[in-house]
Amino acid sequence: MPHSVSPKRNDDEAMPDASAETGGIKLEDMFNDDENDEFPASSAPDVKMESPPAPEIAEPPAPAPSGVDTDVMLAFYQRLFPFRYLFQWLNHGIVPTRDFGNREFALTLQNDAYLRYQSYTTADLFRKDILKMNPSRFEIGPVYSTNPRDRKTLRGGQMKPVSKELVFDIDLTDYDDIRTCCVKANICAKCWAFVTMAIKVIDTALQEDFGFEHILWVYSGRRGAHAWVCDPRARNLPDDRRRAIAGYLEILRGGSQSNKRVNLKRPLHPHVLRSLDILKHSFAQTTLGDQDTFLSEEQAERLLALLPDQNLNEALRKKWGASPDRPSTSKWADIDALAKTGKSSTLNPVTLRDAKQDIVLEYTYPRLDAEVSKKMIHLLKSPFVIHPGTGRVCVPIDARKADEFDPLSVPTVMNLLAEIDAYDAEHPVGTAEVEVPDGEGSAMNGSDIKGGRKLQDYEKTSLKPYVDYFRSFIAGLLKEERAGKRDREGTAPAPKPDPMEF
Amino acid sequence: MIRQDAHRIDPKRRATIDHKKRQFATPTYKQQDYPYRLNLYDTPPTAEITLEQFEQWAIDRLKILAEIEACSYRNKTPAETAAHITPLLQKFLPLSSNTSAPSGAADTRLKNERQKDHYSHFILRLAFSATEDLRRRFARAETMLFRFRFQQDDSRERRAFIDSLNLDWEPVGDGEKNEVAENLVNSTPGLRRVDDETWYKVDWEKVPELVERRTVFLRRGKAYVPGREQLSMIIAEFTARLERALELTSRALPRLDEDDRLTPILNHLSKNFGSAESVYSEGEGYVDGAPITASSIDQLSQHFPLCMRSLHMNLRKNNHLKHFGRLQYTLFLKGIGLSLEECILFWRQSFKGKTDDEFNSQYKYNIRHAYGDVGGDVNRRGRGYPPYSCQKILGDANPGIGQTHGCPYRHYSVDNLVGLLQATGVHDKEVLRGVREDVGKMRYHIACNRVFEWSHKGEIKKVKDDGTWSQTDLDTIVHPNTYFKRSYLLKQMTQAPRDA
Repeated sequence: MPHSVSPKRNDDEAMPDASAETGGIKLEDMFNDDENDEFPASSAPDVKMESPPAPEIAEPPAPAPSGVDTDVMLAFYQRLFPFRYLFQWLNHGIVPTRDFGNREFALTLQNDAYLRYQSYTTADLFRKDILKMNPSRFEIGPVYSTNPRDRKTLRGGQMKPVSKELVFDIDLTDYDDIRTCCVKANICAKCWAFVTMAIKVIDTALQEDFGFEHILWVYSGRRGAHAWVCDPRARNLPDDRRRAIAGYLEILRGGSQSNKRVNLKRPLHPHVLRSLDILKHSFAQTTLGDQDTFLSEEQAERLLALLPDQNLNEALRKKWGASPDRPSTSKWADIDALAKTGKSSTLNPVTLRDAKQDIVLEYTYPRLDAEVSKKMIHLLKSPFVIHPGTGRVCVPIDARKADEFDPLSVPTVMNLLAEIDAYDAEHPVGTAEVEVPDGEGSAMNGSDIKGGRKLQDYEKTSLKPYVDYFRSFIAGLLKEERAGKRDREGTAPAPKPDPMEF
Repeated sequence: MIRQDAHRIDPKRRATIDHKKRQFATPTYKQQDYPYRLNLYDTPPTAEITLEQFEQWAIDRLKILAEIEACSYRNKTPAETAAHITPLLQKFLPLSSNTSAPSGAADTRLKNERQKDHYSHFILRLAFSATEDLRRRFARAETMLFRFRFQQDDSRERRAFIDSLNLDWEPVGDGEKNEVAENLVNSTPGLRRVDDETWYKVDWEKVPELVERRTVFLRRGKAYVPGREQLSMIIAEFTARLERALELTSRALPRLDEDDRLTPILNHLSKNFGSAESVYSEGEGYVDGAPITASSIDQLSQHFPLCMRSLHMNLRKNNHLKHFGRLQYTLFLKGIGLSLEECILFWRQSFKGKTDDEFNSQYKYNIRHAYGDVGGDVNRRGRGYPPYSCQKILGDANPGIGQTHGCPYRHYSVDNLVGLLQATGVHDKEVLRGVREDVGKMRYHIACNRVFEWSHKGEIKKVKDDGTWSQTDLDTIVHPNTYFKRSYLLKQMTQAPRDA
């Protein structure tokens, strides 16, 4: 597959308003790639391909051009990053298995070098290497049939991807033509509503239609969200089945040059009906209300182009032309009002209703980056890493409470570190519990000291609810894994003695 | 290859494999008696056939598969394909139903037909399992053939065949059926009443085609499939089994215990699986002596087919193209003979808004990769990827929001397409009407060729009249680079005589 090999820049450009908090981020230079529609990873991970020339040993990190410098990053990995849970999540158990050992990680180093095919046998080694390399971010790829680090010793085509979570990617740049509040990398609460709708629709479909239960939604750090479907059945799907799901969920078809992007046959499929039901309110509130999408003449014209009847359109155009500032809600109501007056003899009420349904979908239905979902080998940014542009942590989103999630209140790494300091200042501790600065003392930042339990650093911060949610998610997943393993009786890989104490 | 000594054979296998004895033993498999016309090709043939039969049968089947593939490359509709294939099948690979002979499946003629079908399939499996590409194409063509025959099959026989397969389908009970009746009707196009159908519940993974088209009701991981959609399930089953079997065959191939009688035939067969896809060979799009540099692209773009021309116009308009657009265009430029250095220069100059650093870190690598200058060994040896054919461009994923790649005839709405054509100087009403018609019938090639013929009508007439170009030189264009080369040569031709 001829594609680029650069790391996936799926997340977003520098967000200017974030610089206030993180101290003058100049990341535009690094990440203002507007190519977030690209799926280099879907391509890059062609197993036969080699990673771009990248130094095997990390260069002494050049100062990152952002408030999130290398020291901050390192402190984050040492004190806050939930390595233990990330390991359990990918390993589907406590004892290290192939699920983790043969999993590809791709590290973006501080000097922008990109290291693919990294893998780790245990959580401990994983943490050690991340601390050593101090990547600005890293991505998670599939589990391979062999250890990805051994790929060069194998003959071509012998290393095959065997499983990966089914993933979805939603990004607000795909909504640029229908959001009026922000463009490109910027977001506000008004346009985040589109992501919330998308989460609801996709989450419901995955659960009710496909029967998936373990769906982890993650904030991408700037202007999007990722879903990781972790059910064993989803992880083992071959690419053509992934493509089928992506096709099932895709309703908007066509690029910038196709006029009407929703063209559904009637009767509507139950999935579409249900989605329409979920989206109707959002359309009224977000599209017509908050966004006031059809306010401008240009957007109103686009709306007319989607309506079926010429005579009705003429009447509407005349009416709207007379009052240029007519809000979207009124314009939307005008459609029915004028239709009822019977001005147009050619108008078919059923066609009009269908067209209106299509319009609701065109303006609210999730715009998925479908390529991401179609390939097992696609890499996706790990949860809990820092978005280098905003400094925000890629925290999980509880889909049941998707409405409450506010991307602008997601903690930044700087906040979190300050919170630890504030907490420690308020709760002075005995010398026995003082952190050893080299990070070894905080080993696995999850070390419970028997007796008086020492508070872990993340628990001192506003990251705690997110880590707690992640833990409960993993607990649910592991429970099913264990049940599944009992069913299969003894097919579980023989556990190796684990040096790590959990 | 590591050869193991005989005494180091895995003890578990030793008891069953003694190939020297096995070679001359009478086959212990059950003789196939072909009770049904259709075959999932699970059991390999065991009887003896002559070398001539071996070759002839394989060639006959190959003819059919090549034709089927060609039809799909030309975007023929199922009806057109059926019309094209039926006489060929009758001639090369007839396969009659049980009702066509008085004694049914026991008839000798039917037996022979089915034997030929069975054997030729397995011979071609051997020939086409060697590389991934061949396997994929073979599986695709075989699946199409199977689908075609399945649809032609007599309904009673089809039922008997399906019953013999023992597939894991759970019938939906009446209570459950009534409960979800409305959903069933809504998700099944063309169905009025639920009771018109028998319904089965299967894991959705078994019917990916239906899921992808959203024409089946899903609930908690189960698909509710109407009886008439059995086709989809059977096809999926057929493809899955064939792909698995081809994979196994390819692994067994190096150990094919054979004298030198079969291998040459097999090699010959696999080489002759010609198709539209492989028609394009490296360097074919080059035009000798044409000045092709970064600065001449603007001027040359008048010879580009619409897909590339619209990319070029978009690039000039936005000073940017998204990834797949860049890729499609870069490969095309490579195909017309633009050198890597010039190509990098071209993109550098085109991306006006980008700094050198941005360009080098974000785009340059991809261009070099497309030229095979970097990347894995395989990529470098193959000198990057070949320029996309129409087939590839038409068949790839639809361009998403904001993307500009693809084929305008296929991916633009008709009005935008016509607008684009007019912007490129195609004003003739008759041509535009023809294009609308072609696009409506999904004949994108024809539409593109129609435009080509119109815009070069003078030149084409001339070369035809003076006989410098034969009909084959003016065959239907199925590759953007062919479009460019032909367009360029035709225009040169009519200007050249003055110089010459």
